[in-house]
Amino acid sequence: MAVALALIDLNKSFGLTQIIRGVSLQVAAGERHAIIGPNGAGKSTLFHLISGRLAPTSGEVRLNGERIDGLPPFEIYRRGLSRSFQITNIFPRMSVYENLRCATLWSLGHKYAFWTPLDRLRDVGERTDWLMECIGLTARRDVQAAVLTYAEQRALEIGVTIGGGANVVMLDEPTAGMNAGESEQAVALIRQVTEGKTLVMVEHDMDVVFNLADRISVLVYGRVIATDTPARIRENEEVREAYLGQASGA
Amino acid sequence: MTSSLRFLWPWLALAMLFAGAPQIYSSGSALTMMSVMGEMIIFALSFNMLLGQTGLLSFGHAVYFGLGGFVAIHAMNAFIRAKVGVPVVIIPLVGGAAGLAFGVLFGLISTRRAGLVFSMISLGLGELVSSSSFILRSFFGGEEGITTNRTKLAPFFGHKFGSQIEVYYLVAVWCFFCIAAMYALTRTPFGRMCNAVRENGERVEYVGYSAQTIRFIAFSFSAFFAGIAGGLTAVNFEIMNAQQLGAQQSGLVLLMSYIGGIGHFAGPILGAILITFLQITLSDVTNAWQLYFGLLFIGFVLFAPGGLAGWLMLHRDAALKRELWRLAPAYGMVAPALAASFAGAVMLIELAERQLALARSEGSAMRLFGFEVDAASMGPWLMGLVLFCGGVGLTWLVWPKVTGAWGSLTSA
Repeated sequence: MAVALALIDLNKSFGLTQIIRGVSLQVAAGERHAIIGPNGAGKSTLFHLISGRLAPTSGEVRLNGERIDGLPPFEIYRRGLSRSFQITNIFPRMSVYENLRCATLWSLGHKYAFWTPLDRLRDVGERTDWLMECIGLTARRDVQAAVLTYAEQRALEIGVTIGGGANVVMLDEPTAGMNAGESEQAVALIRQVTEGKTLVMVEHDMDVVFNLADRISVLVYGRVIATDTPARIRENEEVREAYLGQASGA
Repeated sequence: MTSSLRFLWPWLALAMLFAGAPQIYSSGSALTMMSVMGEMIIFALSFNMLLGQTGLLSFGHAVYFGLGGFVAIHAMNAFIRAKVGVPVVIIPLVGGAAGLAFGVLFGLISTRRAGLVFSMISLGLGELVSSSSFILRSFFGGEEGITTNRTKLAPFFGHKFGSQIEVYYLVAVWCFFCIAAMYALTRTPFGRMCNAVRENGERVEYVGYSAQTIRFIAFSFSAFFAGIAGGLTAVNFEIMNAQQLGAQQSGLVLLMSYIGGIGHFAGPILGAILITFLQITLSDVTNAWQLYFGLLFIGFVLFAPGGLAGWLMLHRDAALKRELWRLAPAYGMVAPALAASFAGAVMLIELAERQLALARSEGSAMRLFGFEVDAASMGPWLMGLVLFCGGVGLTWLVWPKVTGAWGSLTSA
């Protein structure tokens, strides 16, 4: 099976502190892959290394075989990888519609166009309407993103992430801070919008992880200690000791 | 049909306003003032392309205005010397091209970063250019500046632009098309991504855009339009001097945009008109006019950060709900209090200005609000103090009525 995303002996240090210690990982095209691990394990740092927010100290990141480590985020995005943020990271004083519209422009080829009226771009309008429908915010079209409810903002965060139709989607704790009902809706949304795509997600909610993921990697103290199917991860002694025991006890 | 009408009527109204204004205000000084207003409208809108649209606060925007003007004036002199048949109507474009060239050059450095770093670099570049204007005297003309004579350029359909009315219409036409062009820019993919950079420059990079590239393009456009404004100013006054690219001019355009309202496209237009009007009329009335500008600016920053446009939009929303009348009683109560504090402040400033600046040479007797007063006596000072303190106190007491009235309005 084709490998969509490959990490090869990835390391990241801040000064003398090593946060990511030789992570190697392969995510197959079309796979839903979850990364779990205790707080401070380096999950978000790993996300930043893959998406270009941080450059690795050593090692490689390959997207569809092409090296992307050290590239700026927009170059990585243009190669087909899009990510969301753990702390909602949208355009606060712009409407739902404008937020989503911004997310579609590049991938539809409009780039830095300063000669075409935005409202006449039919492809942009249609895609934005579709996105808004997808994330269930059509009724909130003209509401400023800053005044949406938390769950709506999280949905918008996902909408902005998938707006450009990237083939590899990375979600950083998409259901963090949600109640059970909202979380369930979010999972349904994620399942729907990542259909046929490769998904890499960091998630704390084990129900969500075991429900969504095809495979799970467990990151502890900057190392991947196991990568396997949900069922096998559940039975893995080392994982239980390092992480799951604590999580289920909490 | 109806939608294109709705789109077109503001532009028709604007064109008619530009065309008709000299019919109402036809004196020479009014025409000059309106010409300056047109130039400042372009300048302020170009500045707001950075501040309001892209979130970049420049402290050196006059550099592009001034360099545009200087290049334009040198171009005019060169065309006259070489007897090249270039009409004066093209000259603003020369200014724009110069602004663009310097914008690209300096933009490559300054737009690498946003926020405070950008502002600091813009300040540094502004100081760099304005201090070099005293060194490169052949280009900047030293203290006297560079002069020209626009009537010696080739006539344009028989117009030699000797009279102010011809210059006014030249400014008006350029101003109209610059407003239209800058407005159109806000409605393009690039324009929208400028807003996105203003809102969240980081996230922009995760939807495929380089925030730096967007800042750079916005900066270049902004410098282009500032250069056009400078070129028009060179044509209008036939002189450019170093002041026009200095820190004071950069501060003035910030003042105009902010007071007009940076959150609305039309804000800087209102600000440019108001500040130009005050600048010209107020400086005839009082020596302390710059102090009033400062106070006006502080007042807006503290109490109306949305500027004039923001204030008007709030009231427009209330009017659309047909609830403007609900505000009337509260406004009626607060208006006399505000007027008293304003009058008191003016008295104190004028008395102080007299005593500190003029009394030694011209004596302490002065006219204040049409009355003869002696700035060295206690009476007028006391009255000013009472008016100011009483007015401020009363405003403070009555203000909850105003906020209450707005509250009743939004909840209704």
